[in-house]
Amino acid sequence: MDKKKVITVENLVKKFGHFTANNNLNFHVDQGEIFGFLGANGAGKTTAMRILCGLSSPTSGKVEVAGFDVSHQAEEVKKRIGYMSQKFSLFEDLSIWENMRFFATVYGLSSSEFKARGEDLLRKLNLYKERKRLVSTLSLGWKQKLAFSVAILHQPSIVFLDEPTGGVDPITRRQFWEMIYEAAENGITVFVTTHYMDEAEYCDRVTIMVDGRIDALDTPAELKKQYNAASMNDVFLALAR
Amino acid sequence: MIEFKNIHKSFEDVHAVDDVSLRIEEGELFGFIGPDGAGKTTLFRMLNSLLIPDEGQINLFGLDPVKEYKKVRQIIGYMPGKFSLYYDLSIEENLQFFATVFGTTIEENYHLIEDIYKQIEPFKKRPAGKLSGGMKQKLALSCALIHKPRLLLLDEPTTGVDAVSRREFWEMLQKLKEKGITIVVSTPYMDEAGLCDRVALMQNGKIHAVAPPSEIVSQFSDPLYTIKVKNNYKSLQALRQWEFCENVYPFGETLHYLDKRNNVSADVIEAYLSSQQLTFDKVEMIQPDIEDCFIALTHNVG
Repeated sequence: MDKKKVITVENLVKKFGHFTANNNLNFHVDQGEIFGFLGANGAGKTTAMRILCGLSSPTSGKVEVAGFDVSHQAEEVKKRIGYMSQKFSLFEDLSIWENMRFFATVYGLSSSEFKARGEDLLRKLNLYKERKRLVSTLSLGWKQKLAFSVAILHQPSIVFLDEPTGGVDPITRRQFWEMIYEAAENGITVFVTTHYMDEAEYCDRVTIMVDGRIDALDTPAELKKQYNAASMNDVFLALAR
Repeated sequence: MIEFKNIHKSFEDVHAVDDVSLRIEEGELFGFIGPDGAGKTTLFRMLNSLLIPDEGQINLFGLDPVKEYKKVRQIIGYMPGKFSLYYDLSIEENLQFFATVFGTTIEENYHLIEDIYKQIEPFKKRPAGKLSGGMKQKLALSCALIHKPRLLLLDEPTTGVDAVSRREFWEMLQKLKEKGITIVVSTPYMDEAGLCDRVALMQNGKIHAVAPPSEIVSQFSDPLYTIKVKNNYKSLQALRQWEFCENVYPFGETLHYLDKRNNVSADVIEAYLSSQQLTFDKVEMIQPDIEDCFIALTHNVG
């Protein structure tokens, strides 16, 4: 199978004053891959993710996302990605439909494209009747499922998910992951951070960042073999402790 | 002893806590396990006198949090889910502040917080707003302990915290328990249940089970299979369409599968997978863990 690289990171360094947040990162991500980006709090994940999204420039090194250089073509990168986080995903005081329209417009969908895709999405999520409800009245699990759907409504080549399932119940967490699988089956690359180590097992490949470096990068099965560990939790503890 | 008797609390249409009754013994490390929106925070805020129940009674070491709220506040150390210390005060000033408010000094109870506080003490002049997540958590725990509470009430202390810091935090709780402090903690992480003496599984305002974690697991009587497959997504879809499928869900690197028939063997499941042209490594029966139990309990309700 022909695998296209949608993210290429070569010798990425990011410094804030004397502090090195990203210390020479090298990796690539293939199209349609579910790529887990793990690390302890403060290991440099957020810094790297902001660079990949075109929100911050590397101090040195080369980063290409969706075929564009993040340092010089950040706006082109932003058009081709979707983003959701646990902390901010939707506007609480707008309705479901208003949120969808807002994000679709920001991501540059025309109103006719939005209407067709938006209505499809509402039916798929079984939210059509509730489309006028304020987002603040939805449970966290529903908010996160909706936020994810909104982040891929413009069919980006990559979606970045920053701890999308924190605090979500076990059943909804799994429904969320099925939506991730489905997006990946449809060719969308998924770049995801999580503190749930069982979710690390759902990824095709996983990196573990420690103190600004990438200390491990492989499939979950291979990492477990390499560290002689029963679970990804044990791999993580072996590396990050 | 802490006792909840038929506690109800609603916010407009939302029944946040729905007829909760349970008892926690002095000296226990007791966990409320449940997702966001289960009602854990509302229950905690009634216990520590910040909310008044619509119905029911709470007994906290002989005190009524509604009538005797001043006494209740003296004996509880509360760590809310949202970081609630003063961002513009330093580590040291925050601790000093809480000690003074509770009429004590840092020196008097330093022995209680020493193990935790000495990890952040080198940065004691730093404003709390500039601390990392792990350091904030240690400071908040120190502030909650400084007046030597009888009950330590921790609302989701490990949410958003990485796996290493989570483990260290639970080691700290074990040590505090050994000092005789009753600890009531809530968490959305099912794997933390095993670290409690007893747990209550909670969702949608209701308690589904209260027992030691080992007992909750042993009450799960249906045969549970783990299936290791090549393609999780396609296999899930196929298994879900099988007429005998009770429930199937991803679990780490495998799928967990429950059958409607209670005497099904691994061979039968393997034969079905083969008939669907799905590649699999192996199918075996396994012991459920707390997360399986939680899913089974809430799946049947939903």
